[in-house]
Amino acid sequence: MAALTREETEALIQEVLEVYPEQARKDRAKHLAVNDQSLEKSNKCITSNRKSQPGVMTIRGCAYAGSKGVVWGPIKDMIHISHGPVGCGQYSRAGRRNYYVGTTGINTFGTMNFTSDFQEKDIVFGGDKKLAKIMNEIEELFPLNKGISIQSECPIGLIGDDIEAVAKKANKEIGKPVVPVRCEGFRGVSQSLGHHIANDAIRDWVLENRDGDESFPTTPYDVAVIGDYNIGGDAWASRTLLEEMGLRVVAQWSGDGTIAEMEKTPKVKLNLIHCYRSMNYIARHMEEKYKIPWIEYNFFGPTKIAESLRKIASHFDETIMAGAEKVIAKYQSEYDAVIAKYKPRLQGKRVMLYVGGLRPRHVIGAYEDLGMEVVGTGYEFGHNDDYDRTIKEMGNATLIYDDVTGYEFEEFVKKVQPDLIGSGIKEKYIFQKMGIPFRQMHSWDYSGPYHGYDGFAIFARDMDMTLNNPCWKQVKVPWKTDDTSKVAVAASA
Amino acid sequence: MPSVMLKKNAEGKLIFYVPKKDLEEVAESVEFDSPDKWGGEVLLSDGSTYYFEPQAQPDFPVTLRAKRLDSGE
Repeated sequence: MAALTREETEALIQEVLEVYPEQARKDRAKHLAVNDQSLEKSNKCITSNRKSQPGVMTIRGCAYAGSKGVVWGPIKDMIHISHGPVGCGQYSRAGRRNYYVGTTGINTFGTMNFTSDFQEKDIVFGGDKKLAKIMNEIEELFPLNKGISIQSECPIGLIGDDIEAVAKKANKEIGKPVVPVRCEGFRGVSQSLGHHIANDAIRDWVLENRDGDESFPTTPYDVAVIGDYNIGGDAWASRTLLEEMGLRVVAQWSGDGTIAEMEKTPKVKLNLIHCYRSMNYIARHMEEKYKIPWIEYNFFGPTKIAESLRKIASHFDETIMAGAEKVIAKYQSEYDAVIAKYKPRLQGKRVMLYVGGLRPRHVIGAYEDLGMEVVGTGYEFGHNDDYDRTIKEMGNATLIYDDVTGYEFEEFVKKVQPDLIGSGIKEKYIFQKMGIPFRQMHSWDYSGPYHGYDGFAIFARDMDMTLNNPCWKQVKVPWKTDDTSKVAVAASA
Repeated sequence: MPSVMLKKNAEGKLIFYVPKKDLEEVAESVEFDSPDKWGGEVLLSDGSTYYFEPQAQPDFPVTLRAKRLDSGE
């Protein structure tokens, strides 16, 4: 199918909106747009970070998901207590595949679930005593933990427990950082506020722990990788490139990260931000307080990697700039081979994306390197500054949808007929049953890493494996096949 | 009275960021822009204007309170 024109795309949006009652239609219309590269600012065409309409199927998460699941969870040597009923922690346990090195249950705790398992009596009488007891038990059972964070679930805010007081007391008793995080699920409109709350908690309880302590030996090439959650090993694939070009990666936030690394981050020379949405807050804070500049980078696909490596190197001296060129040259034969192998198989295929914080714009370059085209993209919880950055990456007259509803997404897909969809687990089976190849782009569909040159090879293989899988020819239902002989047989029976 | 984070970009231009509104703009002009007196009306590239109490030039990046004069619409 040929690409839609601007008018066709606009008509498509109108058609999809038609089923809504008037109020909902007016609201949803603001969240759907046709991309116009000539626009400087996204607020002219799209509204984002607003409360979802009641009655529609939104795909968003909650503030707890943003804090525990995204920002705090991957810090491997701390224990993160899901404070409240057992479900929130248990159903999100280890689902994000933040890889780490260490012995789980001894010195790292990433895939374990710690919860205060609230019961009726805790809601009635308060859970502070229970929380204090849990922390003592944790200290006894897991003495090698380097700190505890308390991730509030909804009831904590509702019943008004004073977790800050408990945290301060526990901090004195056990002598390790104890961080209360007020990330109750009902806060904000999506997981985005959870990221912000988590960033603020890091700012208030962790970042200044080593202020005035100059014992950490620094070099002029210290950087911190911020907003890389090491999904399927992403941060490792990124880190090797940075180290090869001569930089020293002091901290990883927060995939495979430790609290010690976070405390040392204010000593670095440059902060590198991958996921802008979830960690720009802390980068801006460090810029103001410690005068550490920050830049955004993108390690998806060779074009963007080379661009990013050069951009990063431009903040340092000639040795690093030469290092960047050396790294790009070193991997050239590798990624050229990947492109030579997969581009003929993927050329011209059209992709629709609907993901979280950075991928709706970051992975576009990687698809384009493979000769594919992204025809629709959108964020679950992006803000307007994300859309500002997206407009330039996307082609003209492509679809942009913010907080898309289940219904809208399905209708868009039916009309646009993409060759591949990249979205989350909740969307996966709907589209697979519709016979459209699908990649789960939140945790790379149990694959990865996708960052860096090593990741690009895996990315290309996965896209080819999904798109050109022979099974898609088999999923057409019998009554929609062209084969009339079968119908005749059925009729005669 | 939004809190505004101000910083200089690579070209030495002032970047204006209002966290609550996800507003990230380049400042086109600053009324007073000398080391000992800085502030006054600031015009952004989207046409809106903000007002800062004139003061000695702060050490960027910095967060300051601003008064919103005109939304530019």
